[in-house]
Amino acid sequence: MPILNKMITTLSGVMLATALTAVEATTPEEDREQFVRYNTERFPNVPAEEFVNGAYAIDPIGRENWEAIEEFPPYEPFIEDGEAMWNTPFANGKGYSDCFPKGPAIAADYPRWDREKGMVVTLPLAVNQCRQAHGEKPLKYKKGSINNILSYIAYESRGEVTRVEIPADDPRALAAYEAGKKFYFTRRGQLNFSCANCHLQNSGNQVRSEILSPPLGHTTHWPVYRAKWGTVGTLHRRFSGCNENIRAKALKAQGEQYRNLEYFLTYLNNGQVLNGPGARK
Amino acid sequence: MKRPLAALLLALAAAPTTATAASAIEEGKKLAFSVTKGNCLACHMIIGGEAFGNLAPPLIAMSQRYPDKKQLHKQIYDATVANPETTMPPFGRHKILSDAEIGKIVEYVWSL
Ligand code: HEC
Ligand code: HEC
Repeated sequence: MPILNKMITTLSGVMLATALTAVEATTPEEDREQFVRYNTERFPNVPAEEFVNGAYAIDPIGRENWEAIEEFPPYEPFIEDGEAMWNTPFANGKGYSDCFPKGPAIAADYPRWDREKGMVVTLPLAVNQCRQAHGEKPLKYKKGSINNILSYIAYESRGEVTRVEIPADDPRALAAYEAGKKFYFTRRGQLNFSCANCHLQNSGNQVRSEILSPPLGHTTHWPVYRAKWGTVGTLHRRFSGCNENIRAKALKAQGEQYRNLEYFLTYLNNGQVLNGPGARK
Repeated sequence: MKRPLAALLLALAAAPTTATAASAIEEGKKLAFSVTKGNCLACHMIIGGEAFGNLAPPLIAMSQRYPDKKQLHKQIYDATVANPETTMPPFGRHKILSDAEIGKIVEYVWSL
């Protein structure tokens, strides 16, 4: 009986929400285990490595279109432009490799807790810190050429594994994670939705004709080329869009709240393999 | 052409009310289907609607589910009262729809 099944799955979404926000504190690792279990039990037919493909892991029709798109990836020109950016010296003669001596395959190092600054540093933020340290203007955080350099870095980082750390010896890091978690479960906007209402409680269900993807895999493939955007955009642009859809005011890209949200969500995705840049509807 | 006078009078008397009811139902349907107003189809299947979502139960046989229209009005006004975990937006409490608009939607939904 489909309705009954649905009630059960909805219920377990609620239980997860309750568990993840329960008064008795759970550790981030307990949260992550629960999150993975929830996703894999809700989608028992999805192979573990498929979650990084979002809705296309669960929607055969969308998948067919997507596979056709991936034959001539729409994000490719952005990777090339990003590579050129990486290789073009700043006005002072230095370049990105002076800030990132490891080279461009660094996406798995972010977001990370910066002890000195006492804040979560995301990859886009680190890119701009690099630019500003060398006298260059910072790039915008949602649209524009930041997506080129991020596409190149994402591409070079393919195959690396998400491994966000929450250093145990700095309680502010855990506090940032907890703030992100609180954000994820807080209802907002005129339409009164939390992220969890859609992506945990209702993953696999349809809002109109949109199939809600499982949130396991949500952080692995940024930036994303979206047909709707006609270009590549950042994770925080997606956060803004999801906030605006529920008639909430979008928050500042790379502001503290979205950075903490990214820290939380990426931590839950530890172990997931990076596959950016991505392509989505 | 010989209709009993009484029946004719009755029909005339009834006409205005049925007409208002019919137009409330029609307006309610527009509000329910409108993407910027009720947008009920985002989540509920309604017969006659297109591209509906499936994260909520289909809206059918509603006069049986809700013999009392007031209860139906309350459910649409603020679904979180009956179920704090619901994803259904609190249309009245969050002023997404006015009371009068909800009233019309109630007429429509009740007719389903
Ligand atoms: C009203 C429902 C709704 C809410 C609330 C919502 N989203 Fe979404 N979100 C969607 C839909 C629909 C999509 C596109 C389909 C998909 O991939 O799930 C999406 C896509 C995404 C994606 C991209 C997935 C991918 O594979 O690329 C991310 C990441 C995301 N949402 C995060 C969030 C976060 C974080 C919040 C809260 C700040 C949030 N969403 C709130 C509906 C919602
Ligand atoms: C974003 C999703 C969403 C939207 C939009 C939505 N609903 Fe709902 N609705 C639900 C869910 C989920 C339920 C299941 C009950 C619960 O969650 O408590 C529900 C339940 C109901 C019920 C109770 C059904 C029953 O059998 O008890 C009625 C009546 C209802 N909705 C009417 C409406 C109307 C009318 C609209 C538009 C004005 C609407 N809903 C818009 C999600 C939604």
